[in-house]
Amino acid sequence: MDPQGPIASAERLLLVNSTGIMLVVVIPVIIATLAFAWWYRSSNSRANRDSDEGYEQRIEFVVWSIPALTVILLGGVIWIGSHELDPRAPLPKSSDPLRVDVVALDWKWLFIYPDKGVAAVNQLVIPTGTPVAFRITSATVMNSFFVPQLGSQIYAMGGMTTHLNLLADKPGEYPGLSANFSGDGFSEMRFIVKSVSSDDFNAWLEQVRGAGSALGEPGYAELAKPSIAVPPTTYHSVDPKLFERIVEQTVAGPRKMGGSSQPQPLTRRAGD
Amino acid sequence: MLGRLTWAAIPFNEALPILSGAVVGIVILAVLGTVTVKGWWPYLWREWLTSVDHKRIGIMYVVLGLVMLLRGFSDAIMMRTQQAIAIGPSQGYLPPDHFDQIFSAHGTIMIFFVAMPLVIGLMNFAVPLQLGVRDVAFPVLNSISLWLAATGALLINMSLVIGNFARTGWWAYPPLSELAFSPDVGVDYYLWSLQISGVGTLLTGINFVTTILKLRAPGMTYFRMPVFCWTALASNLLIVAAFPVLTAAFVMLLLDRYLGMHFFTNDAGGNQMMYVNLFWAWGHPEVYILILPAFGIYSEVVATFSGKALFSYRSMVWATLGICILSFMVWLHHFFTMGAGADVNAFFGIMSSIIAVPTGVKIFNWLFTMFRGRIVYKTPMLFSVGFMVTFVIGGLTGVLLAVPPVDFVVHNSAFLVAHFHNVIIGGVVFGVLAGINYWFPKAFGFTLDERWGKASFWCWLIGFYLAFMPLYQLGLMGMTRRLQHIPTPSWQPLLWVAEAGAIVILCGILCQVAQIYVSIRSRERRLDLTGDPWNGRTLEWSTSSPPPAYNFAVLPRVETVDAFWHMKRTGRPPAEPTYESIEMPRNSPAGFVTAFFAVVMGFSLIWQIWWLAILGFLAAITVVLVAAWSTEREHEISAAELAQLERAR
Repeated sequence: MDPQGPIASAERLLLVNSTGIMLVVVIPVIIATLAFAWWYRSSNSRANRDSDEGYEQRIEFVVWSIPALTVILLGGVIWIGSHELDPRAPLPKSSDPLRVDVVALDWKWLFIYPDKGVAAVNQLVIPTGTPVAFRITSATVMNSFFVPQLGSQIYAMGGMTTHLNLLADKPGEYPGLSANFSGDGFSEMRFIVKSVSSDDFNAWLEQVRGAGSALGEPGYAELAKPSIAVPPTTYHSVDPKLFERIVEQTVAGPRKMGGSSQPQPLTRRAGD
Repeated sequence: MLGRLTWAAIPFNEALPILSGAVVGIVILAVLGTVTVKGWWPYLWREWLTSVDHKRIGIMYVVLGLVMLLRGFSDAIMMRTQQAIAIGPSQGYLPPDHFDQIFSAHGTIMIFFVAMPLVIGLMNFAVPLQLGVRDVAFPVLNSISLWLAATGALLINMSLVIGNFARTGWWAYPPLSELAFSPDVGVDYYLWSLQISGVGTLLTGINFVTTILKLRAPGMTYFRMPVFCWTALASNLLIVAAFPVLTAAFVMLLLDRYLGMHFFTNDAGGNQMMYVNLFWAWGHPEVYILILPAFGIYSEVVATFSGKALFSYRSMVWATLGICILSFMVWLHHFFTMGAGADVNAFFGIMSSIIAVPTGVKIFNWLFTMFRGRIVYKTPMLFSVGFMVTFVIGGLTGVLLAVPPVDFVVHNSAFLVAHFHNVIIGGVVFGVLAGINYWFPKAFGFTLDERWGKASFWCWLIGFYLAFMPLYQLGLMGMTRRLQHIPTPSWQPLLWVAEAGAIVILCGILCQVAQIYVSIRSRERRLDLTGDPWNGRTLEWSTSSPPPAYNFAVLPRVETVDAFWHMKRTGRPPAEPTYESIEMPRNSPAGFVTAFFAVVMGFSLIWQIWWLAILGFLAAITVVLVAAWSTEREHEISAAELAQLERAR
């Protein structure tokens, strides 16, 4: 709970507020439980007792209205919060958002910058203060794309595209991860988000364009093989239709039906 | 001939499964050997294995649940240890493929083979007694249910040494659980053991709905039923409505895996979210299948040990039925993060938080029952008070998770893990343990030792807080669930606290083992001769402890809620009642034999030994049909015999 962006901050505020609303009821209930449990113990000779039910309609009314009122209040919070923090809603910012396409692979993350024509694995460099519009899919099993300090997570699902909008307020490095179990390499399916100034971002783009290899079909087929703890790499260019083809499953996937019946050997790469 | 089964299926080169398998094998052999040497087989076969008595079946369910609790708990402590040491450069002692099997088995076993048998066992034992009747509606079916549950438990434990278990988590979400990503037998073990035990659960549901709706003591109208019976009714209605959904989802996944279909695959038009929706359309009602009977137990225990009638019986009933219906309208809150629109998420978020209203009402009702009562702190009451305090915390975090934007940051995190353990341990487990301590004297005729019982309560309570409060915190710090390796060294202290909590819970379990041992040793001193050790309110306390096979020589006449309390206040029925002849169901080996063939069938299906699977299936079905059409299912106890039996007691 160390938010570094408006979405994460708003979500933390919502968490604190909702907890506060409920604590108004929960704390007295806990105190009353302990107090009644203590005071009405059978050995306490000072307590007043009743042997019958002591039922009163007035108490009954209170009993239903306290949780009902709390939930009505919370219901409002939920409705407004869900709409204001809808992951699909674009962020209200003057500058155009940076588009990033995210692909979950076994067990690493591929980030494609469709407008910049470059791609990176296990590192996501974004300009500080610029909204980032993500399209997310999976070339493999279900994962969940999550940068805790920036806010909302969204599932990455094969054959489907999900949308997420985030923004980093400050420069820094924030860990990202998969939040949905995806197999043996799941624990190491982590990446780093680097939030940098727009000058540094452009310099990074230049650097990426001048080095590394191209990400076409052969490169992707190699990348899609299961591997664990892959160090960050970049691609100077990328097949412009790659993301769409991954969503449509028309490019060689990592593991197809009818393969060998034994789990494939894993390659553990350097840096682990 | 043997399908996929070869010697390679047994992991001789891996120490852990072979060692634990050997230990389990030695224990089983020792038990079987003792039974053989002592010549107990005829007794066991006659009085237990073929018994259709709901009390015996209930006890066997509870034993099954407690034995599997040991298995599920050893998984838990292995996971906690791995997470406490596999930090930074260390990879711990469990490689991913072991760790993934362990957390998958832990979840599956704890839900299906611990919580379910314990809850169903207590319902089996107590509901017919509370209703004032002699058995459930379909006694032989009841026995079949029990043995099918045991079949599933046996199959899942076989995966320890023959082959392996699923590495998918206990939901087995596709496409990870599809053949492309899980080609080995692990997921098949998962699917077939749950399919077979699921049939048993569905039969239990049908049996209990029928029993509660059609068999009640004379005069027991719906609004005179004990609250536990109401919660059992709601729970079994949920079973009947929800379990077929799970069965259907599993059938589709099995078709994908066995016949190459594409219900949930990535390609060829499959859609994994269909499975996720179906799974949770069962999964959320399942939560209430478990917790509602526990609520019923608390209602009985709090009223009994406060010496007062339950505050507002009617609102308790309406709250139960409200939860029963609402539980089907909230399943999407398990995957707010799939990217549905804000309207959908908000709707399911609000529906989920609405469940807090009837649940809150229940808490207040127990609170007002204690108010001005005379509270006697026996072990069941301690568990109930511990539950009330713990459960409201779990309720609070549950409603937090129902706020979609909050869920976006804590979904699938350690926070979520802490939340559902909070409600399952603090709700279901405490309830079951309260129920076992409460009804044990009724079942066996002597009370359980209070000192060990109270020690186990404090260990469970303190252990729970130590184990799961750190997980709440870690979840907020960004720790996700199911991590074989922890990336952030600063989390280590909290993980050690959680490990300590698991060890304290272990002490609680050991105290319970000691409690049972000590109580059996000193049973002569703790006999319950009255049949009513707690000054109870409901009909099960009006018969002897343990009750005769026919429960009640003469069916009680019910005039109010808390029928037995009313009888005690207005004077007992005449000393020498008029006996009439009664018909009791005969013992039947059908359940046990069916289960034997079901094991054969399940095992062969997992290993694709087709001829044996077909034989097993045909044999199992034949046994059920023969039992169903048998005409000699009952024997008569004549009025004279009954009078003699009653005088002899």
